Amino acid sequence: MKQPFTISVFTENHIGLLNRITIIFTRRHINIESITASESEVEGIHRFTIAVVENRELVEKVVKQIEKQVEVLKAFFNTEEEIFYQEIALYKIPTNALGNGVSMESLVREHRARVLSMEEEFVIIEKTGHKEETQALLEELRPLGVLEFVRSGRVAIRRPMHKITDAMLALEAVTEA
Amino acid sequence: MDAVDIKTETDNSPGAARTIRISGAEAVVRSLIAEGVDLVFGYPGGAIMPVYDSLYHFREEIHHVLTRHEQGATHAAQGFARVTGRVGVCIATSGPGATNLITGLADAQIDSTPIVCLTGQVTAGLLGTDAFQETDVVGISTPVTKWNYQITDAAEIPEAIARAFYIARTGRPGPVLLDITKNAQFGELDYAYQPCQGIRSYRPKPVVSVNKVEEAAALINQARRPYVLFGQGIILGEAEQELREFLEKSGIPAAWTLLGLSALPTDHPQNVGMLGMHGNYGPNVLTNECDVLIGLGLRFDDRVTGKVSEYARQAKVVHVEIDPSEIDKIVKADVAVNGDVKEVLPMLTALVEKRDHSAWMSRFRECAAIEQEKIIQKELFPTKAGLTMGEVIRLVSEKTGGEAVVVSDVGQHQMVASRYYNFRRSRSNVTSGGLGTMGFSLPAAIGAKLGCPKREVVAIIGDGSFQMTIQELGTVLQTQVAVKIIILNNEFLGMVRQWQQLFFDRRYSATEMINPDFVQVARGYGLEAESVSERDGLSEAVDRLLESPGSYLLEVRVEKEDNVFPMVPSGASVAEIRLD
Repeated sequence: MKQPFTISVFTENHIGLLNRITIIFTRRHINIESITASESEVEGIHRFTIAVVENRELVEKVVKQIEKQVEVLKAFFNTEEEIFYQEIALYKIPTNALGNGVSMESLVREHRARVLSMEEEFVIIEKTGHKEETQALLEELRPLGVLEFVRSGRVAIRRPMHKITDAMLALEAVTEA
Repeated sequence: MDAVDIKTETDNSPGAARTIRISGAEAVVRSLIAEGVDLVFGYPGGAIMPVYDSLYHFREEIHHVLTRHEQGATHAAQGFARVTGRVGVCIATSGPGATNLITGLADAQIDSTPIVCLTGQVTAGLLGTDAFQETDVVGISTPVTKWNYQITDAAEIPEAIARAFYIARTGRPGPVLLDITKNAQFGELDYAYQPCQGIRSYRPKPVVSVNKVEEAAALINQARRPYVLFGQGIILGEAEQELREFLEKSGIPAAWTLLGLSALPTDHPQNVGMLGMHGNYGPNVLTNECDVLIGLGLRFDDRVTGKVSEYARQAKVVHVEIDPSEIDKIVKADVAVNGDVKEVLPMLTALVEKRDHSAWMSRFRECAAIEQEKIIQKELFPTKAGLTMGEVIRLVSEKTGGEAVVVSDVGQHQMVASRYYNFRRSRSNVTSGGLGTMGFSLPAAIGAKLGCPKREVVAIIGDGSFQMTIQELGTVLQTQVAVKIIILNNEFLGMVRQWQQLFFDRRYSATEMINPDFVQVARGYGLEAESVSERDGLSEAVDRLLESPGSYLLEVRVEKEDNVFPMVPSGASVAEIRLD
């Protein structure tokens, strides 16, 4: 059964590694829902957050093949329940669409969004949340004429308390011993 | 993102290696020498010329073999690596030189062969501009390399090469490609060489779980019909002796994959034969009768398993494998031991009870008798006039005492060579298994012979495969490498024709070959050569081939439409193996 999984990959910060990781998905004809790359809490170690909708067995195999890559320190996958995650969305709305009974304040309040910038011709609204939430705001804004909409990939943090990079360094110690 | 953090500053601390100021190209060659390389295969071109200039300077230290195509250089490096266990090296220029390496890289990747390929690249300032002979070889080679890296600064060269060799040979071996821009070859650096001791993100040697080994031993000790399948992991892990000790104590019958072949002598009493599509009858059907299946250093390739959903369903599976991504990939393991067979096997041997399993072993002998009667007898002792591939292989096997390195190509002759040559030594079967690369044999045989010049190296090649890399006869000529070449010529792409006969209603689409006169071609390249088409004279011709001090080509014109049996049809269960 297909379900959402979030794959976290800790890597060295090297050119070409993103390609090495994504081809593991394309090879098996898996669609990547979103992908983000950023630094981790340890200097020099980067993390990728990759969201997919797939069956567990396939995700397990893919994660092992990712971890096999020489410059990958660690890869793991989690279900939605096992992580905290967020996405960020930006909406550009024509200023003249406001008024006419549309209250910017109530929209922003209801959706726990915020106004990032108010220009003469347009307003930029920012909202973080899960996809359904940013989508809900988009649907509500659509009648006003959305000039631009963009949503980021997912960022996610696992529930367990321990520091993931500690586990990696522990593995390293074992290997070197 | 940043480039690899390769230290560029000179380390002046006490005990640090002294550095010398040299060019990047010289650093490439000095680094190869520091890794113990004395033989490379390659083909020059514009973007790699500085390295070739340095190779000229160091020609006493490194022997460069000029192949006739870059693909040949990769297969030669593979042949060298497969027989010696050392890292094979090949060199090519940018653009087409680099893209010609891809087949060999893919072959080395799927067959876990340690090679390092160096490619020239346009100068860093021209990257991405569609410069002359520029191709994104790092991008193209990523799916078919264990690791690859582009060097754009001379200072990166020693460490990148050290990493390349370390990655290629450790853990599950594989191919590495280093792409070196021309400015990096021309640029200068303060050179000192430090072999790579480890890489933080790379753990080639898994820590073996003692609990898992105990669980595996417990399963094996309870088994009434245990069955060992071994793969190339035994050879790569240099665990041939450990395998023997495990088998001889446990009394378990053992079968091999195509790449596991020669790790255990063919005539070892517990060696029950070959697995897979054209493997032996017993090893296939009895897979579905064993109660514990013990996979050692193999990846359960689909040519081995047949229909996976009907593969050994009755059995508990123990899988010992160094690459964790192979565990549960195809066949779910009941007990998975992630580790090097060299380390795991002695642990297992200590825990398994001494048994003989003679009743179970006799099941294999019964199957072997059936196969002997239905297939082997007529393949090895044919009563019809036409020559069979099997009788040629058996003659070569007998006349070389099973001591030769057999380098087979891909197709019917490959299966026949694997089935009928009686191997006595490990690292003696060199063939393209996973990728099935036609054209592999001739260049791989050149590499194998240069890797072990004292051994007899016999290339067994089909007429189709031969013509894929036939130009490497030029390498044989120029290098004077004494490979013995046997062309089993049936004037067909035999394996495809066999499938067309069996599964496509004899519609022989594009499989008939109009061939050149191979003897004339070989003589044109300065090889001694002859052709045989009758049984009378075959034995003497094989003698002449083997006794020739130099290279020799023997064409044997075999029966045109013979088939290789047994056969597990594509998509069928191993139990549905066909004997005719």
